[in-house]
Amino acid sequence: MENFNIFIRSIFVDNMIFAYFLGMCSFIAVSKNVKTAFGLGIAVTFMLVVTLPVNYLLQTYVLSAGALQWLGPEFADVDLSFLSLIMFIAVIASMTQLVEMAVEKYSPALYSSLGIFLPLIAVNCAILGGSLFMQQRDFPSVWTAVCAGGGWGLGWLLAITAIAAIRERLAEYSNIPKPLRGVGITFILTALMGIAFMSFLGIKI
Amino acid sequence: MADKVKNIDVLFNPLSKNNPVVVQVLGICSVLAVTAKLEPAIVMGVSVIAVLAFANVIISLLRNTIPTNIRIIVQLVVVAGLVVIVDQVLKAYAYDASKQLSVFIGLIITNCILMGRLEAFAMGNKPWPSFLDGIGNGAGYAVILVIVGFFRELLGSGTLLGYQVIPESFYEAGYVNNGLMILPPMALIVVACIIWVQRSINKDLQED
Repeated sequence: MENFNIFIRSIFVDNMIFAYFLGMCSFIAVSKNVKTAFGLGIAVTFMLVVTLPVNYLLQTYVLSAGALQWLGPEFADVDLSFLSLIMFIAVIASMTQLVEMAVEKYSPALYSSLGIFLPLIAVNCAILGGSLFMQQRDFPSVWTAVCAGGGWGLGWLLAITAIAAIRERLAEYSNIPKPLRGVGITFILTALMGIAFMSFLGIKI
Repeated sequence: MADKVKNIDVLFNPLSKNNPVVVQVLGICSVLAVTAKLEPAIVMGVSVIAVLAFANVIISLLRNTIPTNIRIIVQLVVVAGLVVIVDQVLKAYAYDASKQLSVFIGLIITNCILMGRLEAFAMGNKPWPSFLDGIGNGAGYAVILVIVGFFRELLGSGTLLGYQVIPESFYEAGYVNNGLMILPPMALIVVACIIWVQRSINKDLQED
């Protein structure tokens, strides 16, 4: 039950885009049409679900203070947490590479539709941000990490799909002041949606 | 002579015409998250300038030896190493600021400005122009950070760098701080306003 709470909270209350503004770069750049936005959202969700538990295991059994105890008592006071950034980003980069190769091999159709976005995921702040939040919050088990990853991913997917749909309509029907077209209006839209999402803040599940 | 002019361009273009944040739309995440107050915004700006300049130099020195297939991983490792150094330095000398910035120092690694500049500039240029490019783009980023932080702190809490700026008499006359400015969505609106102003001045940047 606890994990389910975290899953729901991660989608709405702790939404990656509207509460933390992580992964904004690709969010702004790739939200011109719904189809690609959705594809990228799926890819991000997948990466979060995969990398969060892996990094959680790394964190609990290798990196945090005293985590190396299972190797023997003389390792009990080794603290490798200063290495965590490098380890996390290495995991994320290599996972991206692996996923890219796997998708290319088994599902060429999906590969060609995602194309350039797959390698770009390595530098999506939402993924590394997820791992860093995981580290900050001391999740109790690996399943919590999986649920939080899934929730954050779905929240991100929801956000980018919604904004892409709005932008598609906006481009057709509205008369925006010229200097605001494109990026500017997207910022304002995101801000308005962010304010709307703040209403989830008070919710206790 | 021609070379000198080019270096100056490399240094100063990112401040206005080719600004990494409002024109290239890179590195937005941290702009929004750390600018509720001016001080963390300045710390963040300086950190990014340092990391970007040195990462640019290192990658530029290595550019002929990095195999193309694994260049993203190499770049990430170089950047991650530098960010760890910055993180440790901040923890040692500016603990409060580093507490306020929390995960966002770590997120410099995935700041798209870094990857963008490394890919687009450092991989194809000599160390010295790359260094200038790093400083220029870092400064362009820091400028936006400081502008946004300035307005948000001034309007949101009536202070600048923690000092009270708006006089007491204003509050007695009924002036109230705009609490909305502290919330993250307002950072987006401030950035949008900067974009609006800048694109009204530089008409060639407008999209249609």
